[in-house]
Amino acid sequence: MATITTISESVGANRIVPTVAIPYPVGNPNLNTADEYNLRKDMVGRALKGLATEIEETTQF
Amino acid sequence: MYKILYYVNQFFGQIGGEDKAGIEPEFHQKSIGPAMGFGVQVKGQAEVIGTLICGDNYFNENREAALEYIMNVIKEQKPDMVVAGPAFNAGRYGMACAGVTVAVQEQLGLPVLTGMYEENPGVDACKTKVYVVKTGNSAAAMKDALPVMGKLALKLLKGEEIGKPAEEGYLPQGRRLTVIADERGSKRAVDMLVARLYDKPFETELPMPVFDRVTPAAAIKDLSKATIALVTTGGIVPHGNPDRIQSASAQKWGKYDVSKIDELKGDYYTIHGGYDPVYANEKPDRVAPLDLLKEYEKEGVIGKVFEYFYTTTGTGTAVGNSIKFGTEIGKELKEAGVDGVILTST
Repeated sequence: MATITTISESVGANRIVPTVAIPYPVGNPNLNTADEYNLRKDMVGRALKGLATEIEETTQF
Repeated sequence: MYKILYYVNQFFGQIGGEDKAGIEPEFHQKSIGPAMGFGVQVKGQAEVIGTLICGDNYFNENREAALEYIMNVIKEQKPDMVVAGPAFNAGRYGMACAGVTVAVQEQLGLPVLTGMYEENPGVDACKTKVYVVKTGNSAAAMKDALPVMGKLALKLLKGEEIGKPAEEGYLPQGRRLTVIADERGSKRAVDMLVARLYDKPFETELPMPVFDRVTPAAAIKDLSKATIALVTTGGIVPHGNPDRIQSASAQKWGKYDVSKIDELKGDYYTIHGGYDPVYANEKPDRVAPLDLLKEYEKEGVIGKVFEYFYTTTGTGTAVGNSIKFGTEIGKELKEAGVDGVILTST
């Protein structure tokens, strides 16, 4: 889970979840509590889905 | 007349093949194998005064003993330069050429030169320190490699200015030097763009990094039975930073027991020196989402969150250290039977 996904790719990460911003990759303090929670839950859910998905090449989830 | 000492392995030293790879180093006061061809290239200005031969296995398995013998011969023979290889794509030979040239340059201050195929593992062991002439991947490329090595060797011996990698035929060393350009940057950039549009050759001034390729791991078959570990380079540590992990250019990583907590908030903060810490300190789970992994565990989506959380600082951290940390953490997780890892980076 990273914001600058090109760096993730350059070091060979294969399953990548693009995140929000460098100081708060898995969060967004500009949102209200409920919206931030939903966003975060969705992102971590996508990361888990990525781990359970067969891939042939670098893939963003 | 400059004096050059030459280093080769058992094969190029004409002792034997793989069955002789265990031979100890030996010295002969004559040119053997590639040393002869190299001597032709520098004829009249330099001569090869002898050839060191060492088995590739012996060098790599008894590095200290091999280097001790080799360095002693070099000190006795007093050459002006040491040339090793070329090793082409032979990995152990490449590592030996790297070991010899780096040791000679660092300990004796003599100019050194070797040659390798760019994917030889020996390249990474020495290219930032010594000149490595770029060769083909097999000994068939010998006749192309030796003239380039001979020319560069003479320049090094005479202390002449060494041109760019592509001009001199050596592998880039990762150095940035100030040069005076004829045209200003904007014009060079537009010229490059125009050349590209016309399908004409052009040379970038900022080559893109080479991407690491890793074969994707197989998917987790059943998430609901899987153990998932959380790892971050975001510098999230327990309050007080008990292991004193550096806030930049990390020298180490830490692991902390998170089996009894539901979120990092409260007990953790960030010591990362490369981003505004306000949001992470409010809620460290914004960097390493332990709270949500625990939720997914409670919901039965995943089997278990691994009991330890792993962390380091990813700003200014040397690639070499990063590889080391990753290898060490990966080994622990694998041995612990972890099925999947979520790595977050800032």
